[in-house]
Amino acid sequence: MRLLSKRDANLILDPLADNNPITVQVLGICSALAVTAQLKPSIVMAVAVMFVMGMGNIVISLLRNLIPPKIRIIAQLIVVATLVIIVDQVLKAYAYELSNQLSVFIGLIITNCIIMGRFEAFALGNGPWESFLDGIGNAAGYGIILIIVGTLRELFGSGTLLGFEVFGSAVEGTGLYALGYENNGFMVLPPMALIVVGLIIWVQRFYNKELHEDN
Amino acid sequence: MALDTSKNSYTIIFAVIMVVVVGTALAGLSNGLKPLVEANQRAEKMQNILYTLGFNENEGESDVRKISTDVVEEEFNKYIKAQYYIQDGELIEDDEAYLISLPKEENKLRRDSEYKRRLPLIVAEKEGEDVYVIPLLGSGLWDAIWGFIALDKEMVVQGVYFGHDGETPGLGAEISQRYFMDPFEGEHLLDENGRFMGVEVTKGNQDPRNARKKDHKVDAIAGSTITGDGVTAMIKNTLRMYLPYFKSLKE
Repeated sequence: MRLLSKRDANLILDPLADNNPITVQVLGICSALAVTAQLKPSIVMAVAVMFVMGMGNIVISLLRNLIPPKIRIIAQLIVVATLVIIVDQVLKAYAYELSNQLSVFIGLIITNCIIMGRFEAFALGNGPWESFLDGIGNAAGYGIILIIVGTLRELFGSGTLLGFEVFGSAVEGTGLYALGYENNGFMVLPPMALIVVGLIIWVQRFYNKELHEDN
Repeated sequence: MALDTSKNSYTIIFAVIMVVVVGTALAGLSNGLKPLVEANQRAEKMQNILYTLGFNENEGESDVRKISTDVVEEEFNKYIKAQYYIQDGELIEDDEAYLISLPKEENKLRRDSEYKRRLPLIVAEKEGEDVYVIPLLGSGLWDAIWGFIALDKEMVVQGVYFGHDGETPGLGAEISQRYFMDPFEGEHLLDENGRFMGVEVTKGNQDPRNARKKDHKVDAIAGSTITGDGVTAMIKNTLRMYLPYFKSLKE
C-alpha cells in the first residue's frame, strides 16, 4: 500500500515545480523580495506560510458546507488572520529577535495572495486531507523559492550562510577575502531579489517547454 | 434537512459565532504568552541600555549586535548602579525605572495637565565614572521614534541607540545604523557657558568626519529630513527636562 495515492502525491509535487506559485503563477512576490536578504528569515517565513496554509486549508475545507456564500471571502480572511496572529504571537514569545527582523512581513502573510487563492480555488471544493496536502504543497513551492533566493543573496551579499562565515572573515580578510574577493552589496538590496527570481524563472522555462506560451 | 446557507439570518448567525470563537481563542493565546513576550521586551530594553554604554557584540564596522539575551540580565545588574525617576524635581529610587513607559507618561500628561510626569534616569558605572542613561521619545515621519542616550555629568554624549516604529526603510529607518548613531559619541550638549544646545542633525556638512565635537552638529541622512529633525527635537525636548538634575550634579 502506498502512503499517498497518485493524485494526492501530485497535490504536493505539482506546486514544487510545474505549477510553482512564485515562478509560474507569479504570486506572493512581495514577501519573496522583502525577507530573502538572509537565509534564516527566509526559512522562518517559509515555515510560517506552510503552517498558515496547511491549517487554513483544513479549516476552510471542514467549514466549506457551512460558510455562507455571501461572506465567503470575509470568512476566509478571518481564518488567515487568526492563524497569522497565532504565528506572530508565538514568534514574539519564543523568537523575539527574529520577529523584530521579520517585523511587518509576518502580518502581511494575510495579504499573501497564494493563501487566499488556494482557499478559494481548492479548499472550498475539496475534502480536508486533499486540502491539507494542497496547502503544504503550495507552501513548499513558495518556501523552496524563498530558500533558494535567500541562500544566494546571503552567500554572495554577506559571504555567510545562517550567520556562518563560508568564505572566511571579511573583517579580518581571511579565506577568499585574502585573495581579493569582495561581497556584492547589491545582493542584499531588494531589486536583486527580483533579478534572482527572474533568473530562476528563466532557467525553469528553459528546461520545461510546457511552460512556454503560444504566440 | 439541507442547510440553506444563503439565508440572511444564517449568514449573520454564522458571522457572530465565528467572531466570538476566534476572538476568545486569540485572547486566550495572547494572555497565555504575555509573560514570555514581556520578558523579551524587558531583555530588549536592557540590551539597548547596555548598547548605549558601549557593551555590545559588534564586530564589523556596520554591525549593530546587541549583547546576548542569555547574559543581558547579569551584565545589566553588574553595570547599572541605581535607577531613579524624577518627579516634580524630586529624585525617587525605583529598581524598575527602566520599564517606565514614556508614551504612557505622555498620555497621562495630555489628559491631566496637572500631572507631573516621571522622568526615568538610569545611573551606570563605566570605567569608574558615573554615566547617566536617559530614554528618549519623539516622532519621526510616519510613527514614533525612540532611543536611549548615555551622558556623563558634563552632558557629553557617551553613546546612543535609536529605534523607530515605522520609518521608511533605506531612508528614515537608517537612524538605527551605526554610521548615523556613532557620530553622536563625544558630542557636547552644553556650550562653553553651560547653555543647553542639544545636538542638531543637520545638512550642508562642513565636517564630514565629525571631528568637531563641540559644534552641536552631526551629519544628517540624505532623504530623511523629517526623521532627522525628529531626532534633533527628541534629544532637545527630552533632555531639557533633565537640566535641573544635571545642574544639581555640579553643585
